[in-house]
Amino acid sequence: MTPVAVMVGANRIVPAAGIIHPLGNADLSPEDEKALRRRIVEQALQALKTEVVRPTVFTAA
Amino acid sequence: MTTGILRVVCYVNQFFGQLGGEDKAGVGPQVVAGAVGAARAVQQALGEAGTVVATVICGDNYAAEQGERAVAEMVPLVAAAHPDLVIAGPAFLDGRYGVACGALCAAVQAELKIPAVTGMQAENPGVDLYRRQVYIVQTGAEAARMLGEVKRLVALGLKLARAEAIGTPGAEGYFARGVTRNVVAGASAADRATAMLLDKLAGRPFASEVPRPVFPNVPAPRLVKTLEGATIALVTDGGLVPRGNPDGIEALNATRYGAYSIEGKAGLEAAQYDNPHRGYDTSWVKQDPHRLVPVDVARELEQSGAIGKLHETVYSTVGVATTLAHSARMGQEIAEKLRAAGVDAVILTST
Repeated sequence: MTPVAVMVGANRIVPAAGIIHPLGNADLSPEDEKALRRRIVEQALQALKTEVVRPTVFTAA
Repeated sequence: MTTGILRVVCYVNQFFGQLGGEDKAGVGPQVVAGAVGAARAVQQALGEAGTVVATVICGDNYAAEQGERAVAEMVPLVAAAHPDLVIAGPAFLDGRYGVACGALCAAVQAELKIPAVTGMQAENPGVDLYRRQVYIVQTGAEAARMLGEVKRLVALGLKLARAEAIGTPGAEGYFARGVTRNVVAGASAADRATAMLLDKLAGRPFASEVPRPVFPNVPAPRLVKTLEGATIALVTDGGLVPRGNPDGIEALNATRYGAYSIEGKAGLEAAQYDNPHRGYDTSWVKQDPHRLVPVDVARELEQSGAIGKLHETVYSTVGVATTLAHSARMGQEIAEKLRAAGVDAVILTST
């Protein structure tokens, strides 16, 4: 959905793990799933720290 | 229906009413007999069709700062001249002037039942505020081609005063009012779509019959604190609600949102939550709400000091087939509450 987020003008966008479970993945072990979630939230925090002037997609470094 | 020579009242600001510049922007409403300043262009455009019987003048700052009071003072001045038509502006790109023109036209139509028309440049804030209520003719940003632009205002105004049929926004040059009108098309939708496709392929100009919504450009705010000192809130449009959906948030086309406390919670117990969202398969989120609202890792980041504080209220709504108007309203209300609570930044999770 990130192209939609860009189109409507969201300024800081972090791609997540999918529509049915944006911050998880039932196929992973509970530990791996939580680690995935933590990476996405940390990416979001990085995005919040970053100044942007237009809709920007923050992908993992 | 009005026939014969029309009585027209014009509204202009202090500059176009020849009172002065910014030094006179604070002057209150006054009325002058006949056409003054920019109203003389209206008289010229009217020709034999009408007479500008009075010009109402008000300073931009007075109109902007006094708002409703300024309009309430001007409506009787307009009424006293017994006009058949009111022409305000054009205001071009002047925001204070544009908002005043829109407000006066709307009030004149609603209270005096007299048709009114104004003109502005597309970026004038008066356009979005009043285009649904008032015919606003699209003009340039500056008064360089005043007479030509005023002629278009007058042409539309004459049609309104004579109760003649008004054409489409494109044909008449006014901003779309959001009115849908049934018309009989000359060809079927399939024929029209095919013709449009052929025009597109051949590089010829074509116009869509379905205008796309225009999303306003929202400047990105800067996080003024460090993350370690900031309060972060979690918001979602993925539909997480406490079991029983106490706020009755709709399964689609939502008009409501909920505010749910996470105070004292290290995480979200699946048994305590539900999800009415009908735009995706919610089974996985119901199994573990953290797949939508990451309270567990946000708490850990709070405890480790990576963020200053996790806001104790989660806001949630259902984002599917939700109108732009309701989305904007809910977003504004939630943002106001978050700001009042001292929240510095938001992570909004979306499905």
